[in-house]
Amino acid sequence: MIMESILQYDFVIKGLLGCLFASITAGIAGTYIVSRRLVFLSGGITHASFGGIGIGYYAGFSPVAGAAVFGILSALGIEYLSIKQKLREDSAIGILWALGMATGIIFIFLTPGYTPNLMSFLFGSILTVTTADLISLGLLSVVLIIYFSVFYRTILYISFDENYARTYTSYVNVFKYITTALLALTIVLNIRMAGVVLVLSLLTIPPNIAMLFTRNYASVMRWSVLFGFIGAVTGYGMAWFAGIPAGAAIIFSMVVIWIISRIFTSVIKKINKKYSES
Amino acid sequence: MSVLLEIKNVYAGYGERTVLEDVSLTISEGDFMGVIGPNGGGKTTLLKLILGIVRPTSGTVRYNESLIDRRNIGYLPQVSQVDSAFPLVVKDIVLSGLMMHKKLYGRMDRADKERAQNIIRELGLQGYEKATLSELSGGQVQRVFLGRALAGNPRLLLLDEPDNFVDTSFENEFYLRLRELNKKMAILMASHDVGTVSSYVKSFACVNRKLHYHPSPEITNEQLSAYDCPIQLVTHGRVPHTVLEKHE
Repeated sequence: MIMESILQYDFVIKGLLGCLFASITAGIAGTYIVSRRLVFLSGGITHASFGGIGIGYYAGFSPVAGAAVFGILSALGIEYLSIKQKLREDSAIGILWALGMATGIIFIFLTPGYTPNLMSFLFGSILTVTTADLISLGLLSVVLIIYFSVFYRTILYISFDENYARTYTSYVNVFKYITTALLALTIVLNIRMAGVVLVLSLLTIPPNIAMLFTRNYASVMRWSVLFGFIGAVTGYGMAWFAGIPAGAAIIFSMVVIWIISRIFTSVIKKINKKYSES
Repeated sequence: MSVLLEIKNVYAGYGERTVLEDVSLTISEGDFMGVIGPNGGGKTTLLKLILGIVRPTSGTVRYNESLIDRRNIGYLPQVSQVDSAFPLVVKDIVLSGLMMHKKLYGRMDRADKERAQNIIRELGLQGYEKATLSELSGGQVQRVFLGRALAGNPRLLLLDEPDNFVDTSFENEFYLRLRELNKKMAILMASHDVGTVSSYVKSFACVNRKLHYHPSPEITNEQLSAYDCPIQLVTHGRVPHTVLEKHE
Protein backbone atom coordinates (compact mmCIF):
# COMPACT_ATOMS: atom_id res chain seq x y z
CA MET A 1 0.00 0.00 0.00
CA ILE A 2 2.62 2.49 1.12
CA MET A 3 4.91 1.49 -1.70
CA GLU A 4 2.09 2.04 -4.17
CA SER A 5 1.25 5.55 -3.02
CA ILE A 6 4.90 6.56 -3.04
CA LEU A 7 5.17 5.28 -6.59
CA GLN A 8 2.09 7.24 -7.53
CA TYR A 9 3.44 10.33 -5.83
CA ASP A 10 6.71 9.98 -7.73
CA PHE A 11 4.72 9.59 -10.91
CA VAL A 12 2.75 12.76 -10.31
CA ILE A 13 5.86 14.75 -9.43
CA LYS A 14 7.55 13.57 -12.60
CA GLY A 15 4.55 14.54 -14.66
CA LEU A 16 4.31 17.99 -13.11
CA LEU A 17 8.03 18.62 -13.55
CA GLY A 18 7.70 17.50 -17.15
CA CYS A 19 4.85 19.98 -17.67
CA LEU A 20 6.86 22.75 -16.00
CA PHE A 21 10.05 22.24 -18.01
CA ALA A 22 8.13 21.74 -21.22
CA SER A 23 6.24 24.99 -20.73
CA ILE A 24 9.39 26.94 -19.83
CA THR A 25 11.39 25.72 -22.83
CA ALA A 26 8.49 25.80 -25.27
CA GLY A 27 7.33 29.21 -24.03
CA ILE A 28 10.73 30.87 -24.48
CA ALA A 29 11.62 29.19 -27.77
CA GLY A 30 8.04 29.43 -29.01
CA THR A 31 7.89 33.21 -28.54
CA TYR A 32 11.07 33.46 -30.63
CA ILE A 33 9.76 31.32 -33.49
CA VAL A 34 6.31 32.90 -33.55
CA SER A 35 7.76 36.43 -33.55
CA ARG A 36 10.29 35.63 -36.24
CA ARG A 37 7.71 33.64 -38.23
CA LEU A 38 9.83 30.49 -38.10
CA VAL A 39 6.91 28.10 -37.58
CA PHE A 40 7.49 26.30 -40.86
CA LEU A 41 11.24 26.07 -40.21
CA SER A 42 10.48 24.54 -36.84
CA GLY A 43 8.20 22.00 -38.49
CA GLY A 44 11.12 21.10 -40.75
CA ILE A 45 13.48 20.67 -37.79
CA THR A 46 10.94 18.52 -35.96
CA HIS A 47 10.41 16.11 -38.80
CA ALA A 48 14.07 16.04 -39.80
CA SER A 49 14.90 14.91 -36.27
CA PHE A 50 12.61 11.90 -36.73
CA GLY A 51 15.31 10.62 -39.10
CA GLY A 52 17.69 10.69 -36.13
CA ILE A 53 15.21 8.77 -34.01
CA GLY A 54 15.00 6.02 -36.63
CA ILE A 55 18.76 5.75 -37.01
CA GLY A 56 19.13 5.73 -33.23
CA TYR A 57 16.80 2.73 -32.97
CA TYR A 58 18.50 0.89 -35.79
CA ALA A 59 22.06 1.50 -34.62
CA GLY A 60 21.19 0.91 -31.00
CA PHE A 61 22.02 4.32 -29.51
CA SER A 62 19.65 6.71 -27.80
CA PRO A 63 16.95 7.89 -30.21
CA VAL A 64 16.83 11.24 -28.41
CA ALA A 65 20.55 11.74 -29.04
CA GLY A 66 20.02 10.84 -32.70
CA ALA A 67 17.15 13.31 -32.91
CA ALA A 68 19.23 16.02 -31.25
CA VAL A 69 22.08 15.60 -33.73
CA PHE A 70 19.70 15.59 -36.70
CA GLY A 71 17.64 18.49 -35.40
CA ILE A 72 20.57 20.77 -34.60
CA LEU A 73 22.45 19.99 -37.81
CA SER A 74 19.42 20.62 -40.00
CA ALA A 75 18.58 23.83 -38.14
CA LEU A 76 22.13 25.17 -38.47
CA GLY A 77 22.22 24.08 -42.10
CA ILE A 78 19.07 26.00 -42.94
CA GLU A 79 20.28 29.06 -41.02
CA TYR A 80 23.65 28.89 -42.80
CA LEU A 81 22.07 28.65 -46.24
CA SER A 82 19.66 31.48 -45.54
CA ILE A 83 22.46 33.73 -44.23
CA LYS A 84 24.44 33.00 -47.40
CA GLN A 85 21.21 33.60 -49.33
CA LYS A 86 21.72 30.51 -51.41
CA LEU A 87 18.36 29.02 -50.71
CA ARG A 88 14.71 29.14 -51.51
CA GLU A 89 13.98 28.50 -47.92
CA ASP A 90 10.48 27.06 -48.06
CA SER A 91 11.31 24.44 -50.70
CA ALA A 92 14.45 23.33 -48.87
CA ILE A 93 12.56 23.01 -45.60
CA GLY A 94 9.86 20.99 -47.35
CA ILE A 95 12.45 18.57 -48.71
CA LEU A 96 14.20 18.26 -45.36
CA TRP A 97 10.84 17.62 -43.68
CA ALA A 98 10.04 14.68 -45.97
CA LEU A 99 13.60 13.35 -45.96
CA GLY A 100 13.60 13.17 -42.16
CA MET A 101 10.31 11.28 -42.02
CA ALA A 102 11.36 8.89 -44.79
CA THR A 103 14.73 8.15 -43.14
CA GLY A 104 13.05 7.58 -39.80
CA ILE A 105 10.43 5.19 -41.16
CA ILE A 106 12.97 3.23 -43.21
CA PHE A 107 15.33 2.66 -40.30
CA ILE A 108 12.58 1.83 -37.86
CA PHE A 109 11.22 -0.68 -40.37
CA LEU A 110 14.70 -2.20 -40.76
CA THR A 111 15.17 -2.51 -37.01
CA PRO A 112 14.62 -6.13 -36.05
CA GLY A 113 12.00 -6.85 -33.43
CA TYR A 114 9.19 -4.81 -31.93
CA THR A 115 9.70 -1.09 -31.39
CA PRO A 116 7.27 -0.25 -28.61
CA ASN A 117 8.11 3.42 -28.30
CA LEU A 118 7.42 4.47 -31.87
CA MET A 119 3.91 5.69 -31.00
CA SER A 120 5.30 7.68 -28.11
CA PHE A 121 7.72 9.44 -30.46
CA LEU A 122 4.96 10.23 -32.92
CA PHE A 123 2.40 11.41 -30.37
CA GLY A 124 4.42 11.86 -27.20
CA SER A 125 4.02 10.28 -23.84
CA ILE A 126 4.48 12.41 -20.78
CA LEU A 127 3.36 9.41 -18.73
CA THR A 128 6.53 7.53 -19.57
CA VAL A 129 9.11 10.31 -19.22
CA THR A 130 12.28 9.10 -17.61
CA THR A 131 14.42 10.85 -15.02
CA ALA A 132 17.02 11.38 -17.75
CA ASP A 133 14.43 13.14 -19.91
CA LEU A 134 13.53 15.39 -17.01
CA ILE A 135 17.14 16.22 -16.22
CA SER A 136 17.90 17.20 -19.81
CA LEU A 137 14.72 19.30 -20.11
CA GLY A 138 15.47 20.90 -16.74
CA LEU A 139 19.00 21.78 -17.81
CA LEU A 140 17.73 23.21 -21.07
CA SER A 141 15.23 25.34 -19.13
CA VAL A 142 18.05 26.78 -17.04
CA VAL A 143 20.23 27.43 -20.09
CA LEU A 144 17.39 29.14 -21.96
CA ILE A 145 16.43 31.32 -18.99
CA ILE A 146 20.04 32.43 -18.50
CA TYR A 147 20.73 32.96 -22.21
CA PHE A 148 17.54 34.94 -22.79
CA SER A 149 17.88 37.08 -19.67
CA VAL A 150 21.56 37.92 -20.09
CA PHE A 151 21.37 38.73 -23.80
CA TYR A 152 17.70 39.76 -23.82
CA ARG A 153 17.98 42.99 -25.80
CA THR A 154 20.60 41.69 -28.20
CA ILE A 155 18.56 38.60 -29.11
CA LEU A 156 15.37 40.64 -29.32
CA TYR A 157 16.79 43.38 -31.53
CA ILE A 158 18.56 40.95 -33.86
CA SER A 159 15.35 39.06 -34.47
CA PHE A 160 13.40 42.30 -34.97
CA ASP A 161 15.78 43.98 -37.43
CA GLU A 162 19.04 42.22 -38.08
CA ASN A 163 20.18 44.76 -40.65
CA TYR A 164 20.12 47.46 -38.04
CA ALA A 165 21.76 45.19 -35.47
CA ARG A 166 24.69 44.76 -37.84
CA THR A 167 25.48 48.45 -37.39
CA TYR A 168 26.48 47.91 -33.76
CA THR A 169 27.60 44.30 -33.50
CA SER A 170 29.48 41.86 -35.69
CA TYR A 171 28.04 38.92 -33.74
CA VAL A 172 24.64 38.84 -35.47
CA ASN A 173 25.29 35.48 -37.14
CA VAL A 174 26.78 33.96 -33.99
CA PHE A 175 23.62 34.83 -32.06
CA LYS A 176 21.41 33.49 -34.83
CA TYR A 177 23.28 30.17 -34.81
CA ILE A 178 23.19 29.80 -31.04
CA THR A 179 19.51 30.68 -30.81
CA THR A 180 18.60 28.33 -33.64
CA ALA A 181 20.56 25.48 -32.06
CA LEU A 182 18.77 26.02 -28.73
CA LEU A 183 15.50 26.12 -30.62
CA ALA A 184 16.26 22.76 -32.24
CA LEU A 185 17.21 21.28 -28.88
CA THR A 186 13.95 22.54 -27.38
CA ILE A 187 11.97 20.88 -30.14
CA VAL A 188 13.81 17.59 -29.86
CA LEU A 189 13.55 17.30 -26.07
CA ASN A 190 9.88 18.19 -26.16
CA ILE A 191 9.19 15.45 -28.70
CA ARG A 192 9.13 13.13 -25.66
CA MET A 193 6.27 15.22 -24.31
CA ALA A 194 4.07 15.84 -27.30
CA GLY A 195 5.55 13.76 -30.13
CA VAL A 196 6.79 14.63 -33.60
CA VAL A 197 3.29 15.32 -34.83
CA LEU A 198 2.16 17.60 -32.00
CA VAL A 199 5.30 19.27 -30.62
CA LEU A 200 5.00 22.25 -32.93
CA SER A 201 1.68 23.24 -31.35
CA LEU A 202 3.28 23.04 -27.91
CA LEU A 203 5.60 25.82 -29.08
CA THR A 204 3.21 27.93 -31.12
CA ILE A 205 -0.11 27.92 -29.25
CA PRO A 206 1.04 29.49 -25.93
CA PRO A 207 2.67 32.57 -27.56
CA ASN A 208 -0.41 33.02 -29.68
CA ILE A 209 -2.57 33.04 -26.55
CA ALA A 210 -0.13 35.43 -24.86
CA MET A 211 -0.15 37.82 -27.81
CA LEU A 212 -3.89 38.26 -27.40
CA PHE A 213 -3.14 40.00 -24.10
CA THR A 214 0.23 41.71 -24.59
CA ARG A 215 2.53 42.88 -27.36
CA ASN A 216 5.61 43.29 -25.23
CA TYR A 217 8.15 40.58 -26.05
CA ALA A 218 9.21 39.90 -22.45
CA SER A 219 5.60 39.65 -21.33
CA VAL A 220 4.75 37.40 -24.25
CA MET A 221 7.48 35.02 -23.05
CA ARG A 222 6.26 35.04 -19.44
CA TRP A 223 2.60 34.62 -20.33
CA SER A 224 3.48 31.84 -22.80
CA VAL A 225 5.18 29.88 -20.04
CA LEU A 226 2.17 30.40 -17.77
CA PHE A 227 -0.47 29.48 -20.36
CA GLY A 228 1.68 26.57 -21.50
CA PHE A 229 1.87 25.27 -17.95
CA ILE A 230 -1.89 25.59 -17.36
CA GLY A 231 -2.57 23.80 -20.65
CA ALA A 232 -0.01 21.07 -19.96
CA VAL A 233 -1.22 20.35 -16.42
CA THR A 234 -4.87 20.32 -17.53
CA GLY A 235 -4.03 17.96 -20.37
CA TYR A 236 -1.91 15.79 -18.10
CA GLY A 237 -4.80 15.55 -15.64
CA MET A 238 -7.22 14.63 -18.41
CA ALA A 239 -4.85 11.95 -19.64
CA TRP A 240 -4.46 10.60 -16.14
CA PHE A 241 -8.16 10.40 -15.35
CA ALA A 242 -9.60 9.54 -18.76
CA GLY A 243 -6.77 7.29 -19.89
CA ILE A 244 -6.22 9.15 -23.15
CA PRO A 245 -2.84 9.98 -24.77
CA ALA A 246 -1.26 12.88 -22.84
CA GLY A 247 0.29 14.71 -25.79
CA ALA A 248 -3.04 14.95 -27.57
CA ALA A 249 -4.84 15.95 -24.37
CA ILE A 250 -2.32 18.74 -23.69
CA ILE A 251 -2.60 20.20 -27.18
CA PHE A 252 -6.39 19.90 -27.00
CA SER A 253 -6.59 21.83 -23.74
CA MET A 254 -4.22 24.50 -25.10
CA VAL A 255 -6.44 25.04 -28.11
CA VAL A 256 -9.46 25.32 -25.77
CA ILE A 257 -7.61 27.97 -23.72
CA TRP A 258 -6.79 29.80 -26.94
CA ILE A 259 -10.46 29.78 -28.05
CA ILE A 260 -11.67 30.99 -24.64
CA SER A 261 -9.03 33.76 -24.58
CA ARG A 262 -9.96 34.79 -28.08
CA ILE A 263 -13.63 35.14 -27.17
CA PHE A 264 -12.73 36.86 -23.89
CA THR A 265 -10.51 39.50 -25.52
CA SER A 266 -12.97 40.28 -28.30
CA VAL A 267 -15.80 40.69 -25.78
CA ILE A 268 -13.61 43.02 -23.71
CA LYS A 269 -12.79 45.01 -26.83
CA LYS A 270 -16.48 45.38 -27.68
CA ILE A 271 -17.33 46.50 -24.16
CA ASN A 272 -14.51 49.05 -24.22
CA LYS A 273 -15.74 50.34 -27.56
CA LYS A 274 -19.28 50.74 -26.26
CA TYR A 275 -18.00 52.60 -23.23
CA SER A 276 -15.94 55.00 -25.26
CA GLU A 277 -18.86 55.61 -27.61
CA SER A 278 -21.43 56.37 -24.93
CA MET B 1 33.67 73.22 -40.99
CA SER B 2 35.80 70.30 -39.93
CA VAL B 3 35.82 67.04 -41.80
CA LEU B 4 33.94 64.11 -40.23
CA LEU B 5 34.98 61.34 -42.53
CA GLU B 6 36.80 60.75 -45.73
CA ILE B 7 36.20 58.00 -48.28
CA LYS B 8 39.12 57.57 -50.65
CA ASN B 9 39.24 55.52 -53.87
CA VAL B 10 36.99 52.85 -52.46
CA TYR B 11 35.89 49.73 -54.30
CA ALA B 12 33.19 47.70 -52.59
CA GLY B 13 30.61 45.04 -53.35
CA TYR B 14 29.11 41.71 -52.41
CA GLY B 15 31.12 38.61 -53.27
CA GLU B 16 32.08 38.77 -56.93
CA ARG B 17 29.81 41.71 -57.67
CA THR B 18 31.39 45.15 -57.49
CA VAL B 19 28.83 47.81 -56.63
CA LEU B 20 31.00 50.84 -55.97
CA GLU B 21 33.96 51.72 -58.12
CA ASP B 22 36.70 54.18 -57.23
CA VAL B 23 34.46 56.22 -54.94
CA SER B 24 35.78 59.24 -53.06
CA LEU B 25 33.73 61.50 -50.83
CA THR B 26 34.33 63.86 -47.93
CA ILE B 27 31.64 64.53 -45.34
CA SER B 28 31.99 67.56 -43.08
CA GLU B 29 30.10 68.98 -40.14
CA GLY B 30 26.96 70.77 -41.21
CA ASP B 31 26.60 68.86 -44.48
CA PHE B 32 23.12 67.98 -45.72
CA MET B 33 23.81 65.82 -48.72
CA GLY B 34 21.34 64.10 -51.00
CA VAL B 35 22.60 60.78 -52.34
CA ILE B 36 20.81 60.14 -55.60
CA GLY B 37 21.05 57.52 -58.31
CA PRO B 38 19.13 54.65 -59.89
CA ASN B 39 18.01 51.57 -57.94
CA GLY B 40 20.90 49.15 -57.65
CA GLY B 41 23.32 52.01 -58.31
CA GLY B 42 24.97 51.65 -54.90
CA LYS B 43 23.24 54.21 -52.65
CA THR B 44 22.57 51.73 -49.86
CA THR B 45 26.04 50.20 -50.24
CA LEU B 46 27.57 53.65 -49.80
CA LEU B 47 25.66 54.11 -46.53
CA LYS B 48 26.66 50.63 -45.33
CA LEU B 49 30.26 51.42 -46.19
CA ILE B 50 30.13 54.46 -43.93
CA LEU B 51 28.52 52.34 -41.19
CA GLY B 52 31.22 49.70 -41.49
CA ILE B 53 28.78 46.90 -42.38
CA VAL B 54 30.26 46.64 -45.87
CA ARG B 55 34.05 46.67 -45.99
CA PRO B 56 35.95 48.17 -48.92
CA THR B 57 37.80 45.67 -51.12
CA SER B 58 40.29 48.44 -51.71
CA GLY B 59 40.60 52.09 -50.71
CA THR B 60 39.97 53.59 -47.28
CA VAL B 61 37.19 54.98 -45.12
CA ARG B 62 38.72 57.20 -42.48
CA TYR B 63 36.82 58.77 -39.56
CA ASN B 64 38.02 61.93 -37.92
CA GLU B 65 38.27 60.18 -34.59
CA SER B 66 38.31 63.30 -32.45
CA LEU B 67 34.77 64.00 -33.66
CA ILE B 68 33.20 60.76 -34.75
CA ASP B 69 33.39 56.99 -34.72
CA ARG B 70 30.99 54.24 -35.72
CA ARG B 71 29.02 54.68 -32.52
CA ASN B 72 27.81 58.15 -33.19
CA ILE B 73 26.44 57.57 -36.63
CA GLY B 74 22.65 57.37 -36.66
CA TYR B 75 21.07 55.12 -39.27
CA LEU B 76 17.56 54.95 -40.69
CA PRO B 77 17.51 51.89 -42.97
CA GLN B 78 14.86 51.16 -45.55
CA VAL B 79 12.27 49.96 -43.10
CA SER B 80 10.07 48.07 -45.52
CA GLN B 81 11.85 44.84 -44.52
CA VAL B 82 10.76 45.01 -40.91
CA ASP B 83 7.80 42.92 -39.75
CA SER B 84 5.34 45.37 -38.22
CA ALA B 85 3.52 42.60 -36.34
CA PHE B 86 6.65 41.73 -34.33
CA PRO B 87 5.83 41.99 -30.61
CA LEU B 88 8.11 44.92 -29.88
CA VAL B 89 6.78 48.24 -28.57
CA VAL B 90 7.77 51.73 -29.72
CA LYS B 91 9.75 52.51 -26.58
CA ASP B 92 11.91 49.40 -26.99
CA ILE B 93 12.51 50.16 -30.67
CA VAL B 94 13.76 53.64 -29.82
CA LEU B 95 15.92 52.15 -27.04
CA SER B 96 17.59 49.82 -29.55
CA GLY B 97 19.28 52.92 -30.95
CA LEU B 98 21.38 52.98 -27.76
CA MET B 99 22.78 49.49 -28.30
CA MET B 100 25.99 50.81 -29.86
CA HIS B 101 26.83 52.33 -26.49
CA LYS B 102 26.05 49.09 -24.65
CA LYS B 103 27.65 45.72 -24.13
CA LEU B 104 25.79 42.80 -25.72
CA TYR B 105 24.61 41.81 -22.25
CA GLY B 106 23.90 45.42 -21.38
CA ARG B 107 20.84 46.64 -19.51
CA MET B 108 18.97 49.87 -20.12
CA ASP B 109 19.07 52.11 -17.04
CA ARG B 110 16.79 54.92 -15.96
CA ALA B 111 18.77 57.56 -17.87
CA ASP B 112 18.46 55.53 -21.08
CA LYS B 113 14.72 55.19 -20.62
CA GLU B 114 14.36 58.91 -19.95
CA ARG B 115 16.37 59.68 -23.06
CA ALA B 116 14.09 57.43 -25.14
CA GLN B 117 11.05 59.07 -23.58
CA ASN B 118 12.35 62.54 -24.48
CA ILE B 119 12.90 61.53 -28.08
CA ILE B 120 9.42 60.00 -28.24
CA ARG B 121 8.00 63.29 -26.96
CA GLU B 122 10.08 65.41 -29.37
CA LEU B 123 8.84 63.34 -32.29
CA GLY B 124 5.22 63.71 -31.20
CA LEU B 125 4.76 60.02 -30.43
CA GLN B 126 3.74 60.30 -26.78
CA GLY B 127 0.87 57.97 -25.95
CA TYR B 128 2.26 55.37 -28.35
CA GLU B 129 5.11 54.11 -26.13
CA LYS B 130 3.43 50.75 -25.68
CA ALA B 131 2.11 50.38 -29.22
CA THR B 132 3.58 48.04 -31.83
CA LEU B 133 4.32 49.22 -35.35
CA SER B 134 1.17 47.59 -36.73
CA GLU B 135 -0.90 50.07 -34.70
CA LEU B 136 0.81 53.12 -36.25
CA SER B 137 0.45 55.04 -39.50
CA GLY B 138 3.22 55.17 -42.09
CA GLY B 139 4.37 58.58 -40.93
CA GLN B 140 4.46 57.48 -37.31
CA VAL B 141 6.44 54.35 -38.14
CA GLN B 142 8.97 56.51 -39.91
CA ARG B 143 9.26 58.77 -36.87
CA VAL B 144 9.83 55.74 -34.63
CA PHE B 145 12.77 54.68 -36.77
CA LEU B 146 14.04 58.25 -36.89
CA GLY B 147 13.85 58.18 -33.10
CA ARG B 148 15.94 55.01 -33.02
CA ALA B 149 18.53 56.67 -35.27
CA LEU B 150 18.63 59.73 -32.99
CA ALA B 151 18.78 57.86 -29.67
CA GLY B 152 22.57 57.55 -29.64
CA ASN B 153 23.09 61.30 -30.10
CA PRO B 154 24.63 61.00 -33.57
CA ARG B 155 26.91 63.54 -35.23
CA LEU B 156 26.12 62.07 -38.61
CA LEU B 157 22.69 60.85 -39.66
CA LEU B 158 22.32 58.41 -42.56
CA LEU B 159 18.87 58.05 -44.10
CA ASP B 160 18.09 55.39 -46.70
CA GLU B 161 15.18 56.48 -48.86
CA PRO B 162 13.06 57.83 -46.03
CA ASP B 163 10.64 59.17 -48.65
CA ASN B 164 9.88 55.69 -49.87
CA PHE B 165 6.86 54.81 -47.82
CA VAL B 166 5.72 57.90 -46.02
CA ASP B 167 2.48 59.61 -46.98
CA THR B 168 2.96 62.78 -48.98
CA SER B 169 1.17 64.76 -46.31
CA PHE B 170 3.92 63.93 -43.82
CA GLU B 171 6.74 64.44 -46.27
CA ASN B 172 7.09 68.19 -45.92
CA GLU B 173 6.92 68.03 -42.14
CA PHE B 174 9.56 65.31 -42.17
CA TYR B 175 12.00 67.29 -44.30
CA LEU B 176 11.50 70.39 -42.16
CA ARG B 177 12.35 68.27 -39.12
CA LEU B 178 15.53 67.14 -40.87
CA ARG B 179 16.47 70.73 -41.63
CA GLU B 180 16.11 71.44 -37.91
CA LEU B 181 18.26 68.40 -37.03
CA ASN B 182 20.87 69.51 -39.52
CA LYS B 183 21.76 72.37 -37.17
CA LYS B 184 23.13 69.75 -34.80
CA MET B 185 24.39 67.01 -37.10
CA ALA B 186 25.51 66.27 -40.64
CA ILE B 187 22.93 64.40 -42.74
CA LEU B 188 23.35 62.07 -45.68
CA MET B 189 20.08 61.09 -47.33
CA ALA B 190 19.69 58.52 -50.10
CA SER B 191 16.72 59.23 -52.31
CA HIS B 192 15.44 58.73 -55.79
CA ASP B 193 13.14 61.70 -55.56
CA VAL B 194 15.53 64.46 -56.59
CA GLY B 195 12.78 67.00 -57.10
CA THR B 196 11.58 67.18 -53.52
CA VAL B 197 14.95 66.55 -51.99
CA SER B 198 16.65 69.38 -53.86
CA SER B 199 14.68 72.01 -51.98
CA TYR B 200 16.11 70.84 -48.66
CA VAL B 201 19.62 69.49 -49.21
CA LYS B 202 22.74 71.61 -49.57
CA SER B 203 24.63 69.33 -51.94
CA PHE B 204 24.30 66.18 -54.02
CA ALA B 205 26.27 62.99 -54.50
CA CYS B 206 25.21 61.04 -57.55
CA VAL B 207 25.94 57.33 -57.24
CA ASN B 208 25.84 54.92 -60.15
CA ARG B 209 28.79 52.60 -59.56
CA LYS B 210 30.91 55.73 -59.61
CA LEU B 211 30.25 58.75 -57.45
CA HIS B 212 30.04 62.35 -58.58
CA TYR B 213 29.85 65.10 -56.04
CA HIS B 214 27.83 68.21 -56.81
CA PRO B 215 28.37 71.03 -54.32
CA SER B 216 25.02 72.81 -54.74
CA PRO B 217 21.38 71.73 -54.47
CA GLU B 218 20.55 72.81 -58.02
CA ILE B 219 21.06 70.01 -60.44
CA THR B 220 19.99 69.79 -64.05
CA ASN B 221 19.37 67.02 -66.52
CA GLU B 222 22.50 67.97 -68.41
CA GLN B 223 24.60 67.56 -65.32
CA LEU B 224 22.94 64.28 -64.49
CA SER B 225 23.64 62.87 -67.90
CA ALA B 226 27.21 64.15 -67.78
CA TYR B 227 27.51 62.20 -64.52
CA ASP B 228 26.11 59.12 -66.25
CA CYS B 229 23.44 59.09 -63.60
CA PRO B 230 20.09 58.17 -65.14
CA ILE B 231 17.37 59.05 -62.70
CA GLN B 232 13.75 59.91 -62.81
CA LEU B 233 13.19 63.49 -61.80
CA VAL B 234 9.82 63.59 -60.10
CA THR B 235 8.41 66.29 -57.98
CA HIS B 236 5.23 66.91 -56.09
CA GLY B 237 3.83 68.96 -53.26
CA ARG B 238 4.93 72.47 -52.48
CA VAL B 239 8.20 72.51 -54.32
CA PRO B 240 9.50 75.81 -55.66
CA HIS B 241 11.42 74.12 -58.45
CA THR B 242 11.13 73.40 -62.12
CA VAL B 243 9.77 70.02 -62.98
CA LEU B 244 12.16 68.25 -65.27
CA GLU B 245 11.16 65.56 -67.71
CA LYS B 246 12.22 61.96 -67.32
CA HIS B 247 15.84 61.53 -68.12
CA GLU B 248 16.65 58.81 -70.67
